[in-house]
Amino acid sequence: MNILAYIGKRIASSLLVILLITLALFLIFFLLPTNPAQLSCGKPCTPEQLSRVSAFMGTDQPWYIQMGSYIAGIFVGRTFGTGGGAVVCDAPCLGYSFRLNESVSQLIADRFPVTASIAVGAAVLWLIIGVASGVWAALKRDTLVDRTLLGLSVVGVSAPSYLIGLLAVIAFALSIQIFPSGGYVNFSQDPVQWLYHLILPWLVLAILSAAGYTRITRTQMIGELSQDYIRTARSKGVPESVIVFKHALRNAMLPVMTMFGLDLGGLLGGAVLTEKVFSMQGLGALLLDSVSNLDLQVLVGATLFAAVLVIIANLIVDICYSLLDPRVTLGRN
Amino acid sequence: MSEVTAPAGGTKRGSAAARSTATGASADRSPYLRSSIIVGGVIVLLFVALAVFAGPLSAITGNDPYAEHPEALAGSVPAGFGGGISASHWFGVTPLRGVDLFSIVAYGSRISLGIGLFSSVISLVIGVALGLLAGYFQGLADALISRTMDVFFGFPFLIFAIALSVVVPQSFPRPLLLTLVLGFFGWPGIARLVRGQTLTLSKRNFAVASRVMGASPAHVLWHQILPNLMPLLIVNVTLSIPGRIGAEAGLSFLGVGMNPPTPSWGRSISDAVQWALVDPMYLLFPGGALFLLTFGFNLLGDGLSDAIDPRKGVRA
Repeated sequence: MNILAYIGKRIASSLLVILLITLALFLIFFLLPTNPAQLSCGKPCTPEQLSRVSAFMGTDQPWYIQMGSYIAGIFVGRTFGTGGGAVVCDAPCLGYSFRLNESVSQLIADRFPVTASIAVGAAVLWLIIGVASGVWAALKRDTLVDRTLLGLSVVGVSAPSYLIGLLAVIAFALSIQIFPSGGYVNFSQDPVQWLYHLILPWLVLAILSAAGYTRITRTQMIGELSQDYIRTARSKGVPESVIVFKHALRNAMLPVMTMFGLDLGGLLGGAVLTEKVFSMQGLGALLLDSVSNLDLQVLVGATLFAAVLVIIANLIVDICYSLLDPRVTLGRN
Repeated sequence: MSEVTAPAGGTKRGSAAARSTATGASADRSPYLRSSIIVGGVIVLLFVALAVFAGPLSAITGNDPYAEHPEALAGSVPAGFGGGISASHWFGVTPLRGVDLFSIVAYGSRISLGIGLFSSVISLVIGVALGLLAGYFQGLADALISRTMDVFFGFPFLIFAIALSVVVPQSFPRPLLLTLVLGFFGWPGIARLVRGQTLTLSKRNFAVASRVMGASPAHVLWHQILPNLMPLLIVNVTLSIPGRIGAEAGLSFLGVGMNPPTPSWGRSISDAVQWALVDPMYLLFPGGALFLLTFGFNLLGDGLSDAIDPRKGVRA
């Protein structure tokens, strides 16, 4: 199978997975005994008002019609109601929050920069810290350095990010006030303040998440360094730095990339706990708001958006894999 | 632990291991990993004892996790040293209402351990059954199960669990809901492991011989393949429990997990935040318990993993 056919097949199966997730979300959220029209209707809610609100929101239709118009809305937009009071939701329409009078896509677009700032910055840091310490531990195998890094990594994977985040806020923002205790400043408004507000969440997320990367990098490096091709390279007189960084690390990075793609994709969909601890209004905060206000449209739209990010991340990882490692496409032929 | 608290902590590790090339490192079992079984095991056992005997232990000082003790408070904060630590309140009391903190931590361990263990059992049953089916019969069964696994891996678990807490009526018991959700979302990692192993094992001589002698698929799967999977499954489940415990605590911390007044470490941590500067002990006891139990399971899992496959060194 050539590489383009493989990529095409992976894209097709990703689309199928997204469709299945949409179906699952619909079945769960619109068949459970919560009536979105009832919630939007207000009090007192007469039966006539309720049926008018249901017709307006489209919830009087059978679920498969609702799902059809939802999916159609993503591509061509949709209009709720008719005449003067109609609400237009432009494509890509992921639903409309009648509580906030805003399309879900717009809400997501407003909040995404916050979450993306947290996620991308932290991810870059944890990849650097994790891979560097993993390589170091592998090279110093069974020494005090290795033991210390391994021990710290078990502590790191065991510590809940929100607990450490809270302790960091108490220590560095409330007791000795060198960092802000939370909040977010737009990059375009003030890049320095943007950075200043992000340092603490980045460090907390990065140091804890790096632990997992240290462990996987160490295991992979130890495995690679004991392979025959490394011995051959050494006997040919290839410098040790080339062996470690060019040969071993390159192969060791493949599983690390898989983990990185999934972690970053998941975090971009909403850094719920981190946003809560550092009071940042990102996607996770939007989701929590919609939970406390029973805003189902936002719930479904945000969950779907998060799912798509994870799937895209997975897709990118698989494509990178097939480019770096020809065995992937050959093996599935 | 990363923000993404997937129910199966083993998930990401499993995927990485599945794609990695076999490691040929030949290491001796390190003393570090042997002692990690002992230390991790002792920590886990202590918490199991705490959970089982939460009632009698709290009763020694005549406490329970609900009764209020205004006499232990000075104003709204606990009176005395370390958040009100005394002979009758070993971990002090909570601010505002003066509830015994030791009882909260002890009863909270029931929730953490109970949800962690029971959801593992659910994931294990689903994951083993589907993994065996996919790996042994392949073809259509494999295609269907593998696509389903893709859907589950694509689900943003934490976000979905938060969303689900809204639509499930409050009358539905929360411990049961969390156990079901974590169990139902935690199986794909196990299924992937079992499927891969079954693919290999079913081609080995002993399985082929059994089939040639006329054994039914059920017999081969149950008597030939499953026993060979046990060590891997034990390690995988042990390493997945911290993720499950963390997910319950995380959801309760966000206010969408356990409802008050049921004791839960995550909710106590969330309650303790606003008191952190005046009464740090309120944050440190439940937080410390959560960390220690997770740490214990991780140590135990690392050690067990090394014990079944010493070549691997420490699991990634």
